[in-house]
Amino acid sequence: MSSGNMNLTLKIWRQKNASTAGKLITYQVADISPDMSFLEMIDVLNEQLIQKGEEPVAFDHDCREGICGMCSLYINGRPHGPKYGITTCQLHMRSFNHGDTIIIEPWRAKAFPVVKDLVVDRSAFDRIIAKGGFISVNTGSAKDANNIPIPKQNADEAFEAAACIGCGACVAACANGSAMLFVSAKVSQLTLLPQGKPERKERVLNMVGQMDAEGFGNCSNTGACEAECPKGISIENIARMNREFLVASLTKKEPKNSGGGAM
Amino acid sequence: MSGNKGLLKSSVAKKVVMGLTGLFLITFLIVHAGVNALVFLNDGGQAYLKAASFMGTNPLIRAMEIVLVLGLLIHIIDGIMITAQNRKARPIAYHGKGASANSTWYSRSMGILGLLLLLFLIIHSAHFWIPNRSNQFATGHEIDLYERMKFIFSHIWVVGIYVGGCIALAFHLLHGFKSAFQSLGLNHSKYNPMIKTVGMLFAILCPLLFALMPISMYFGFIQ
Amino acid sequence: MSVLDSKIPEGPLDQKWTTYRSTVPLVNPANKRNLEIVVVGSGLAGSSAAATLAEMGYKVKVFCFQDSPRRAHSIAAQGGVNAAKNYQNDGDSIFRLFYDTIKGGDYRAREANVHRLSEVSGNIIDQCVAQGVPLAREYGGLLSNRSFGGTQVQRTFYAAGQTGQQLLLGAYSALQRQIGLGNVQMFARHEMLELVTIDGVARGIIARNLITGELEKHFGHAVLLCTGGYGNVFFLSTNAMGSNVTAAWKANKKGAFFANPCYTQIHPTCIPVSGDHQSKLTLMSESLRNDGRIWVPKKKEDAEELRSGKKKPSDIAEDDRDYYLERRYPAFGNLVPRDVASRAAKERCDAGFGVNATGQAVFLDFQFNMKEKYGRAEATKKGISNPTDAQLKALGKDVVKEKYGNLFDMYKQITGVDPYEEPMQIYPAVHYTMGGLWVDYNLMTTIPGLYALGEANFSDHGANRLGASALMQGLADGYFVIPYTIGAYLSTEVSRMSAEKGKSDSIDKLKTQHPAFDAALQNTQAQIHKLLSIKGTKSVDYFHKKLGKVMWDKCGMARNAEGLKVAIKEIQAIRDEFWKEVRVTGEANELNLELEKAGRVADFLELGELMCMDALQRNESCGGHFREEYQTEEGEAQRDDAHFSFVAAWENKGNGQFELHKENLEFKAIKVAQRSYK
Repeated sequence: MSSGNMNLTLKIWRQKNASTAGKLITYQVADISPDMSFLEMIDVLNEQLIQKGEEPVAFDHDCREGICGMCSLYINGRPHGPKYGITTCQLHMRSFNHGDTIIIEPWRAKAFPVVKDLVVDRSAFDRIIAKGGFISVNTGSAKDANNIPIPKQNADEAFEAAACIGCGACVAACANGSAMLFVSAKVSQLTLLPQGKPERKERVLNMVGQMDAEGFGNCSNTGACEAECPKGISIENIARMNREFLVASLTKKEPKNSGGGAM
Repeated sequence: MSGNKGLLKSSVAKKVVMGLTGLFLITFLIVHAGVNALVFLNDGGQAYLKAASFMGTNPLIRAMEIVLVLGLLIHIIDGIMITAQNRKARPIAYHGKGASANSTWYSRSMGILGLLLLLFLIIHSAHFWIPNRSNQFATGHEIDLYERMKFIFSHIWVVGIYVGGCIALAFHLLHGFKSAFQSLGLNHSKYNPMIKTVGMLFAILCPLLFALMPISMYFGFIQ
Repeated sequence: MSVLDSKIPEGPLDQKWTTYRSTVPLVNPANKRNLEIVVVGSGLAGSSAAATLAEMGYKVKVFCFQDSPRRAHSIAAQGGVNAAKNYQNDGDSIFRLFYDTIKGGDYRAREANVHRLSEVSGNIIDQCVAQGVPLAREYGGLLSNRSFGGTQVQRTFYAAGQTGQQLLLGAYSALQRQIGLGNVQMFARHEMLELVTIDGVARGIIARNLITGELEKHFGHAVLLCTGGYGNVFFLSTNAMGSNVTAAWKANKKGAFFANPCYTQIHPTCIPVSGDHQSKLTLMSESLRNDGRIWVPKKKEDAEELRSGKKKPSDIAEDDRDYYLERRYPAFGNLVPRDVASRAAKERCDAGFGVNATGQAVFLDFQFNMKEKYGRAEATKKGISNPTDAQLKALGKDVVKEKYGNLFDMYKQITGVDPYEEPMQIYPAVHYTMGGLWVDYNLMTTIPGLYALGEANFSDHGANRLGASALMQGLADGYFVIPYTIGAYLSTEVSRMSAEKGKSDSIDKLKTQHPAFDAALQNTQAQIHKLLSIKGTKSVDYFHKKLGKVMWDKCGMARNAEGLKVAIKEIQAIRDEFWKEVRVTGEANELNLELEKAGRVADFLELGELMCMDALQRNESCGGHFREEYQTEEGEAQRDDAHFSFVAAWENKGNGQFELHKENLEFKAIKVAQRSYK
């Protein structure tokens, strides 16, 4: 932990676009305050690059308060850097020391192709949600909210699963590039709630099907996803999804004619 | 996508198959370790041979042996498929190395450990199972496995290989045992600590028991 | 003089919406399939509108600049969403929510819109729960509520400190469902850069594909701007880095009036600025004010010693602490509305009582309630008769952790200080903009076919928004208002379409082939080219920071005529410098974050001036707009209802010229009074 300002060596992945190869380029930054966030430190580097007429490092970020899930840097071999339970934007430079070398890479997975530098395409997640990460209820058809009492424990567990910010750190951390934690968090949230029961079988089958089609790897229960998840999503959700998947595969009848999202 | 096709093809199904075959192989390990442990009675191999002969001749057990081989094959093929797909899922590797902060090395190395175990298994089968079954096939009689053990385990490098195999097995089990439960969806905060403890004990004790046989024989603790 | 027709339905206030809904023209299902709607922005308003319109059968296209619709900044709202459900049996009602919102907005909002908002608030909760949004619950399984600043009932529904996230993910999943069904086409990483109008009617947009840099033409029978607020004009705000005014501003240039731009909400509880490197400010949920007591030292010497680090907060004796909100506003205490709390903090800091190195911070202290409120209650529950101070703290800490754990962790992460041990330091920061595109009762702007929803419009919060009302408004507009009101316009489009059916050059045949699209595209291309060709010496951020400082100093929490006049001059100078000196690296046909920023800052540089002009013309203080010349002797905001009870809607005449139009506000259902929280 550092208290004074520091000088750092940064090795950053630069890649012009999806079709060109990339490589690590070394940069120096000086006089970095420990109160800066990690992204503000990159802002400093970028300002420096612009002054030199070079192209700044492209990286995804938006809310910078740890909730939008957009920031996605793989820092010194770990998604969102050396601390647990936070996103890159919440990582502050007081976690580093003067003279450190920091390797910054994009998320790496076949399903998350690099767009440019540290920016990757995570639209695979959206496509998985589109396959079943919802409850099919049209606006205006809802009953009074208190008509469905939900045990606090279920509501809390569903909330914990729903806290996922879709950043993809689970995929980035996983030795196999698996998206099981992300998918299982949504499956769990909706399975735990009575509103989600009617569609539970189609949901899990369709979402897992899409996950596989996107080219994510297989889960081998290393637990890296859970350890690196900035929102502390538990791999209990993966077990729940495995259960749901098994039951659904073994008991689901073929629909007479496919409608809704069951294709 | 239809449900049944999903079961056979999907990544979750592969995990389930892995877990199921893994647990099945664990039951084999228990029996195998149990029978072998009889050598520690130090009765010149009498009890052990009796048990081994029962295992080698009982028709039901023999039938199970086919299932066992099948189970092993499925476990291996499934493992190869999973590993191949996982490699494809990350075409470009990271430069930064920090995985030790989020997972154990052996949980990330199940494929390599499995490969080591397979190599060991080939050697081990070549030592005992293949000669015994071929002898049975040729003569109708089993060979004296106890004598064979004593002979095989008289070479230090063989003992080394066996101890190495047992260490690989220990780490494979250390992750595999609890992982199988997770894959089958058997995860519950009430029972997780128990699964974890039992798994750890088994992963250490079972290979230890196996490793003690060649060691004891080599050093002559067992006559 | 007014050209503004707010189209408020006739009839008694509480019947207007019901009557409207049953009389508004409908579009038949077969025609809906032929009607295309462009939705820009995928936050609460955008996602909910897009999903609902798609469910109804319209063909919808959604655009967002982020990589996924789920990232819109609605996601960062922490505290909660209001609804007049009266589940707590504490006397809440539709009227009371309506009344609180009008009063909280300092009587500068439109009655009919606010009443409608209040009427549909309950439906929002029903809809979200049906979608599987895990709102907080009591042990009995029913929904839980908490109270929020500016109200005396518990009507705020919440999901820990992540209510915005959960509501947005609910709307997002509804949207994803429609995408999966093929009813919505999603364009992520696309930014709207121009509105296309044909004969003064909105017909589509020009959007830049942010990955390839390609400019795309998209046709729509109606265009919905759900693009959020413009708080980033201040550079430092609690908005996301990408939040911008570009879509709304381009619309303003094409004829959509911009209303009340000077109404900016400064949120009282943000983490103070730590240095020049600061890129954004982080909000600490207002719900913390339920249990945190705000104070500064009574003695200046103490404040000085706190600033220099010679004293710690715990060194200041209880009697030497000034709980200034409790002192000034005994009835509401720490729960006064945001504008009041913010100004009070500024007043104390300006008077020299600020507590951090910059002198721009006050304490938000949990020790008292941790021990006395929660600790003691827990001790009683557990039957501990004479609890020690340490016991009380330990017991209370668990309760506080349960309620605010994630916020406390976040605070510690950012500042390195543990708020369980030391009080938080907070200071006001720009948070929300009540102003926005002027819309009528149908949410339509002054351009036919162009709508503005959520924070992007001006309609419901007057001069100050109450806590937990932004989520309510975004979802009300998207789920329950626009699906009805858009029918009023689209039914006329259906008639037009059938009248023009045979014409070979009809708009519906030509769509993006219409020359207006090419002209708009060329304009956009020209601006991009211009930005890239300046090749000056200063980065985009340099100008943005410079603008932000002028805005914060002269058009921030307190404004005066003198300062605003100076600010206008300064902004004009920054703008001139920008167009001569800005350096935008990279090229047009690639992912180019600097180019994106440059376009946004160029628009902020124009908006900033308009905000100052608006603040200058409004010779009164109301809500988030505090003119130093207009205050009571006690330093409270002084409205001038006789002269300023109107909405200021600005027409862009081009070349920096604006014309002010006024929509007079009439209050029939409630009595306009001096806002008092004493």
